[in-house]
Formats: sequence, structure tokens, C-alpha cells
Amino acid sequence: MSLKTIQVALWALAAAAAIALPIAYLSQTPVTQRSSGVATVGGPFVLTAANGQPFDSKSLVGKPYALFFGFTHCPDVCPTTTAEMTGFLGELGDKAKDFRVLFVTVDPARDTPEALKDFLSSFDPRIVGLSGSQEKIDAVVRAYGAVATRVDLDGGNYTMDHTASVFLFGADGRLVSTLDYKENPTVKLQKIKNLLGV
Amino acid sequence: MKKALFLSLAASVLTVSAVAHAFDKGPLKIDHPWSRETAAQASTGAGFLSIQNYGKTPDRLVAIKSSISDDVQVHTMTMEGGVMRMRELKNGLTIPPGGEVKLQPGAEHIMFMGLKGPIKLGEDFTATLVFERAGEVEVTFKVEPAGAKPAAGHQH
Repeated sequence: MSLKTIQVALWALAAAAAIALPIAYLSQTPVTQRSSGVATVGGPFVLTAANGQPFDSKSLVGKPYALFFGFTHCPDVCPTTTAEMTGFLGELGDKAKDFRVLFVTVDPARDTPEALKDFLSSFDPRIVGLSGSQEKIDAVVRAYGAVATRVDLDGGNYTMDHTASVFLFGADGRLVSTLDYKENPTVKLQKIKNLLGV
Repeated sequence: MKKALFLSLAASVLTVSAVAHAFDKGPLKIDHPWSRETAAQASTGAGFLSIQNYGKTPDRLVAIKSSISDDVQVHTMTMEGGVMRMRELKNGLTIPPGGEVKLQPGAEHIMFMGLKGPIKLGEDFTATLVFERAGEVEVTFKVEPAGAKPAAGHQH
């Protein structure tokens, strides 16, 4: 590291502290008042699983789970995340027997339960694909504080901008942490292990 | 240490075989084009490769043609606040002189839209890359498993 880099880094730190300290001070009092202790991310839903059966989020009660959004016409991020979750499930083996992994489509128009089943056939069979009406999907996306926007491409096709993080919930249904797409896989796996207490 | 951990984990997930193949066209070297197996009904597939420019002038990948789909686009992928966005690079992809551009999962990539059939393991396919200066070059895409990642140690 050159002297110049160190100087720049120090100035950046000083600048960050100058901004962060007053904010931390200002937000000190309200924080205790705001905390209600109740998770604001997530909520009940009934969707259709890839096997065609209804899936009620009530069935998740008492078990830790992971939920992420995707769509099967996404050949880059979605298979990467799904494959990574497959790898984690494989690595955890029986330790993950109470752990549910849910893939919720943000593109129900194209992702019928059959299409999801087809897509997920390449991955761990424990990953549950969920589809439903556009209204139901929109409600789930909103409840999880996620984003899903259709973007038209040339040639009549379209893609979906969507939240790519994986949400991790504890057995009590509260959001525990999220896995960021760019995060190191070792860190992701550790977060899941922490969630499962293994 | 950190790297070793990452490598072992990456290897345990799914890693593209380190067997490389490359194609030359003028000052350009196209390295290891690969794709991922798709589900039976999939209508979209992805392609990845890297291009090195040993010349003194920039070149640009302006089009890709393939028999597996009629519409092939180059997309960027960005993450902002955890939201994934894909956009077509309508003006093509520039390869700077003396530089390298990597198309890989989580970054720029090739999209085969409207697949005529699924991309299958063991069924490598060809595509023609059209460069502004270097012209056309046919390359073979090796098909890897559905969630394959680039080989972590694959360097030239």
C-alpha cells in the first residue's frame, strides 16, 4: 500500500466518522422507542408449490427457513443462487433436515408450477418452488420488502429486475439475516449454520 | 487462507472443469466459451467467455449468431442495494487494446433468448462472434452443469 493510498484511506475514514457520528448521536434516543421487537419483514401467504399443491406459510412455523426471489428465464443470478443453496444443503446434509428453502418466482406469468418444477429439477429436491397469481406474488414481494420490476427487451422478450438477497428466518418466524449475492460463500454457509445452530 | 477456504467451497458447490479451450482471430484471443445446462422447457440460456486483445486498437463485439437461438444478446448485470438488474449492451462490448473482458456469472454475459431446445450437458454448441475489426470467428461453447461457476483458478 502506498503512502498516498493510506492518506486517502485516512481521509475517507475521517469523512465517514464526521458524517456517522452526528447521525449516531441524533438517532440514539429514537432507536429504543422505535424497537417494537416484532419482525416487519415477511408475512403469511398461500402460494402454489411446483408440485401443484397449495403451500401455506403456516407450515413454516417452528422451522428455520430461507426465502429468495427469482425467475426461471434468468440464466445468470438465479441458477447461481439456486446452485449455491443446493451446495449448502448438500454440505449440511441431515443437519438441514428441518431447514426449508423457498424459491418464489417474480415472474408468475411464465413461471407456472410446471415451469418451476422443470427448472428446479437440476437442483436439490428440498428447494421448494412457489408460484401464484400476480396479485399474490406482488403481495409477498411487498411483505418481504423486496423489489420486482418487469423490463422489456428488444425482440419481445423481457427480464425482471429483482431483489437477489436470500432472506433467512428463524424458527420463530423472525428475519435473522440475509445472504448477499456478492458475499463470500464461506460467510453465507456460516450464516446458515448460525441460523440452524449447528 | 481465505482464498483456500473460498476455493475449497467453490469446488464443493460446482466448478467448471479447468480444461481450457481457446480461439484466435487476429489480435483477439477468445478463451473458454462455456454455457450452462438448462431445464427441458427453458427458453433462455447463458454464455460466458473471456476475450483478450493483444492488438494496439480497441475492438468491439457487435453481434453473436448461433443456431441454438435466433436472438443472442450481450447483457450487463449490476447489483444496486441487493437488486439485480440486467440490461442489453446495445452498442456492443468494447475490448480495449492490451486488455481483457470477462463475461462471467454475476457480470456481463451472453443471453441466448428463445432457445430452440434445451442446452444439454455433453452437447457443446457453436456460435459466431462478430467483431467490428477482427471480423467473424466461430467458437464452441462447452456445456457445464446448471449452476456451474467459473473455475476459480482458471488463468492464462
